[in-house]
Amino acid sequence: MDASPGLERRTTMPTAGGPGRVVIDARGLSLTFDVADGVVHALSDVDLTVREGEFVSFIGPSGCGKTTLLRVIADLEQATGGSITVDGVAPAEARMQRLYGYVFQAPALLPWRNVVDNVTLPLEIFGVDRATRVERARHNLDLVNLGGFEKKFPWQLSGGMQQRASIARALSFDPKLLLMDEPFGALDEIVRDKLNEQLLKLWAETAKTVVFVTHSIPEAVFLSTKIVVMSPRPGRIIDVIDCDLPADRGLEIRETPKFLEIAHRVREGLRAGHSYDD
Amino acid sequence: MTIEAALPRPKRPGPLERLAAGSVLPVVTIVAVIVVVWYAAAVWLNAGLVPDGDGRSLPDLAAAAWDLDRPLLPAPHQILIELKKTVLDTAITSKRSLVQHGWVTLSSTLVGFLFGAVFGLAIAVAIVHVKSLEKSLMFWIVSSQTIPILAVAPIIIVVLGAIGITGLVPKAIISAYLCFFPVTAGMVKGLTSPDRLHLDLMRTFDASPSQTFWKLRVPASVPFLFTSLKVAIAASLVGAIVGELPTGAQAGLGARLLAGSYYGQTVQIWAALFAAAALAATMVGAIGMIERLVSSLMGARR
Repeated sequence: MDASPGLERRTTMPTAGGPGRVVIDARGLSLTFDVADGVVHALSDVDLTVREGEFVSFIGPSGCGKTTLLRVIADLEQATGGSITVDGVAPAEARMQRLYGYVFQAPALLPWRNVVDNVTLPLEIFGVDRATRVERARHNLDLVNLGGFEKKFPWQLSGGMQQRASIARALSFDPKLLLMDEPFGALDEIVRDKLNEQLLKLWAETAKTVVFVTHSIPEAVFLSTKIVVMSPRPGRIIDVIDCDLPADRGLEIRETPKFLEIAHRVREGLRAGHSYDD
Repeated sequence: MTIEAALPRPKRPGPLERLAAGSVLPVVTIVAVIVVVWYAAAVWLNAGLVPDGDGRSLPDLAAAAWDLDRPLLPAPHQILIELKKTVLDTAITSKRSLVQHGWVTLSSTLVGFLFGAVFGLAIAVAIVHVKSLEKSLMFWIVSSQTIPILAVAPIIIVVLGAIGITGLVPKAIISAYLCFFPVTAGMVKGLTSPDRLHLDLMRTFDASPSQTFWKLRVPASVPFLFTSLKVAIAASLVGAIVGELPTGAQAGLGARLLAGSYYGQTVQIWAALFAAAALAATMVGAIGMIERLVSSLMGARR
């Protein structure tokens, strides 16, 4: 439970992109759900700092609260204790200022809209005019390598393409923060590898702050500048690992000793949190 | 990316392929079986009405049973002849024209359908927006549909007749009464069909309730709408026909049914029945065509 000292020590250290401003700041955050036979502690005493330009992954087994933590940041769930700010304001305020784009586990494209109309849905809701919308959509579809698929409907795309379209949608209004909840969890490993490489490139190009939920150790180590290891019952942070692999890394880096060393530490953290029980 | 090529649109099979795949053949077979059973049943039911039927050979008996003036069960060809006579060979202005009676029924069906659908939609939208309405209104809506329409129809006709409203309006009200329910039930389901994921998505965009309604709930409810409308328009026709019964058989397909049963004109009853069935099939088919058009505009799989 002594996660916070380690966290404090590291967050004062400069990250790869330099000592950025604090974007997400959570102190003693907790969240309990009332269920039929008692109370579930989804989050317990979570301290977390995410700085501008970081790529932070939450990793842990199902039920460890990693998705819940992301949903609290996005104001899709409200904490029952502690404090949290997103870009200096409360999550609800951040949501209303449209500071973040959220990528769900499923692509969640609207089946009656073609790709370009799906990608521009948020802009349509914000009241952006059509010409600007189309212009932005073209830019964002190029970012996720979906140029030329504007007029296709979701059912005409593969699962990987649908998820890329949903990433383009989250990026369409150029939010500071990208929140991603196991976006590649439903895809096969080959597609996932490819998308991980693309996401890394996209992160480098756009300089967004990314918070990424996953249960894959290689994925977390490959993508992140910081890995937050979480453990269930109650959901809490048990380790925060800095991950300073070179910026222009390719998939082959997963064979290097440095990569394996970090992966080992993540695995140790998960074991210490009894994530391999039951 | 080669591993993620866009899927080709599936090719639509031609008529011969469809026949081979068995979508036409079974239909033709079933129709043939029904016709054969019908002719057999007509002989069996009408044999007692044939003069000195006991003394006749079977082919002779059959021929006579299929050619009675007032059979218990008319043979299919008798109904077709009656339909030809009253639809094609009779001037539309004549009181004997089935086209004229069909139009009387159709017009009140359509007016009733329009009002019923709009009313049903309005109630569904209200229920989706105000949660307490579901509990308070649904009970009455469901109750309203358990009352036999045959009991309600004469009340409506008589009451409205007493205050001078006759003709199309009372029948349209009965139609609307029958057809708002499927629209309400279907649209409450349709408008609440978007799942948690899509509602969360709209929340991350800070979409207003009306934006969520128009950009998510309404498009998601379209398939439910068309299914409801098909049920509703058939119910509306039933309502219009039932509404024609208590008026003393002045005009409409219901009137033809009633007049036919007064005078034992079974062929006329069956002809009116066939006309009603054809009308219902045409209207449901028309809604189906609109549905296909709308869903192709909404990017459905072809």
